[in-house]
Amino acid sequence: MEYTKSLYPIVKKEVLGKNIISMNILCPDIADAAEPGQFLHILPDGMTLRRPISICDINKENGNLRIVFEVKHEGTERIAAKNVGENLDVLGPLGHGFTLMPNAENVILIGGGIGNPPMLTLAKYYGNKATVISGFRSAECVILQDEFNRSGAKSVLCTDNGTAGRKALVTEPLKELIANENVDAIYACGPTPMLKFISAIANNAYIFCEVSLEERMGCGIGACLVCACKLKKEGKDVMGHVCKDGPVFSSKEVQW
Amino acid sequence: MANLSVNVAGVDFKNPVIPASGVFGYGREYEKLFPLSKLGGIATKGTTITERMGNPSPRIAECPSGMINSVGLQNPGIDAFINRELPNLLTKDTVIISNIAGSTIDECVSIAEMLDDTDVHMIELNISCPNVKKGGAAFGVHCESAEAITKAVRKATKKPLIVKLSPNVTDITEIARAVESAGANSVSLINTLLGMRIDINTGRPILKNNVGGMSGPAVFPIAVRMVWQVANAVSIPVIGIGGIDSGKAAIEMMMAGAKAVQVGAAIFTDPYAPVRIIDEMNDWLEEKGISDINEIIGSVNPW
Repeated sequence: MEYTKSLYPIVKKEVLGKNIISMNILCPDIADAAEPGQFLHILPDGMTLRRPISICDINKENGNLRIVFEVKHEGTERIAAKNVGENLDVLGPLGHGFTLMPNAENVILIGGGIGNPPMLTLAKYYGNKATVISGFRSAECVILQDEFNRSGAKSVLCTDNGTAGRKALVTEPLKELIANENVDAIYACGPTPMLKFISAIANNAYIFCEVSLEERMGCGIGACLVCACKLKKEGKDVMGHVCKDGPVFSSKEVQW
Repeated sequence: MANLSVNVAGVDFKNPVIPASGVFGYGREYEKLFPLSKLGGIATKGTTITERMGNPSPRIAECPSGMINSVGLQNPGIDAFINRELPNLLTKDTVIISNIAGSTIDECVSIAEMLDDTDVHMIELNISCPNVKKGGAAFGVHCESAEAITKAVRKATKKPLIVKLSPNVTDITEIARAVESAGANSVSLINTLLGMRIDINTGRPILKNNVGGMSGPAVFPIAVRMVWQVANAVSIPVIGIGGIDSGKAAIEMMMAGAKAVQVGAAIFTDPYAPVRIIDEMNDWLEEKGISDINEIIGSVNPW
């Protein structure tokens, strides 16, 4: 199976912070096929368009996938209104995920705000070979720190206003780590300006780097060409699509 | 099992349900969910002579009971379609309708000539795309230009020719009659209605193109009305498009006079929508004891 669409029950729901919802979905066939960096396309009740939500954690043994998302508008509001025992209409797993490097010794995972959840699958994969740099606006926005710590990864917490962890942008600890250590790979998800800066830093230092992008989507499987993003491939400008070519792209190919 | 087969402009369809141009690409992504042979036909992504990059993102936004899009005819060009996609599609045991969307008459003629040498089953001429600056809807909103482009493409190909009409006109029946007189074998309608959404927090339109084509269940009553008007105004077959998301909606569209239907936005909501609609149509016909779908085409009994 590559992807499928069906109704799957919510088996756990938590409110992690202001407007941040965590849900575990029992979907053994999707969980079995899912890879870090992929996403689910979830239909809010009564709406026309699905909402792409990245996968935060994959548990193939118990057939669970976890999603953590921010309630932004009516679509995510309707998904967030669902409770344990109710079904979600899910199409997935979709997209091209992160490139996993089994021999890597030192990787950096960077999450900005609601870009943190997809980093958890990578933190669990790399364990103590990873350093997670998470950035948030302020202390009340901080999520997933316990999970990152339990994964065995080293963790650096930053906030814009210094109310939790370091008062710094995620790029500051990133630059320090690169200056002092041999880094095999950088993975990042978060706001576009953050990804742009991280890509520039990684590209200048010749470090393998992948970034996960977000865009408004239609079909989610690569047919409708709605979620376009400009890429450079083999010296040529091309329109890629976040749902199928991404959401994870090489930092070298994205045209910001 | 009721008979669902219909004939449109001399082409036999095993059922009247066709994914609309644009939402379905060339079928490759949906083939992973269901066999394409279940479909009556496939209208492929609008093709231009050379590759088009399309409009910048965002290209889509939700609307009450629908959506607006402004993809801007991104496609790999006619050579890529004929060499890379069409041979595969022609093995799928379903009617292949190639949608062409050039920005000039000459471009549409060239594409039609190239398609004439292939085994594609039908051509759908898009004179109604609202998302491009040149061509597109510009041809479809005046009788003279609609007639001129239809006439030119008609000369370029012997394939059955469908002309896809814009609803963004004062009287769609006039345009339908113009393309009928120019040699169209069928008309398909409606393309999207021009719409706009604004993010009130930023004061910016959601679509980077500012405006886009609106579709989905919200436009269904408009589409039914226009299909009914056009079916009563021309003698060529009408293909109904616009907000069909269920077997009952497809039946309603056919009662208004459509010989076949195309399904667009509903595929985003439910990727299985085309095959579900076929099953639901059959269920409805069986429940009513109607053995042949053709009995309901144009069967509305107006007051």
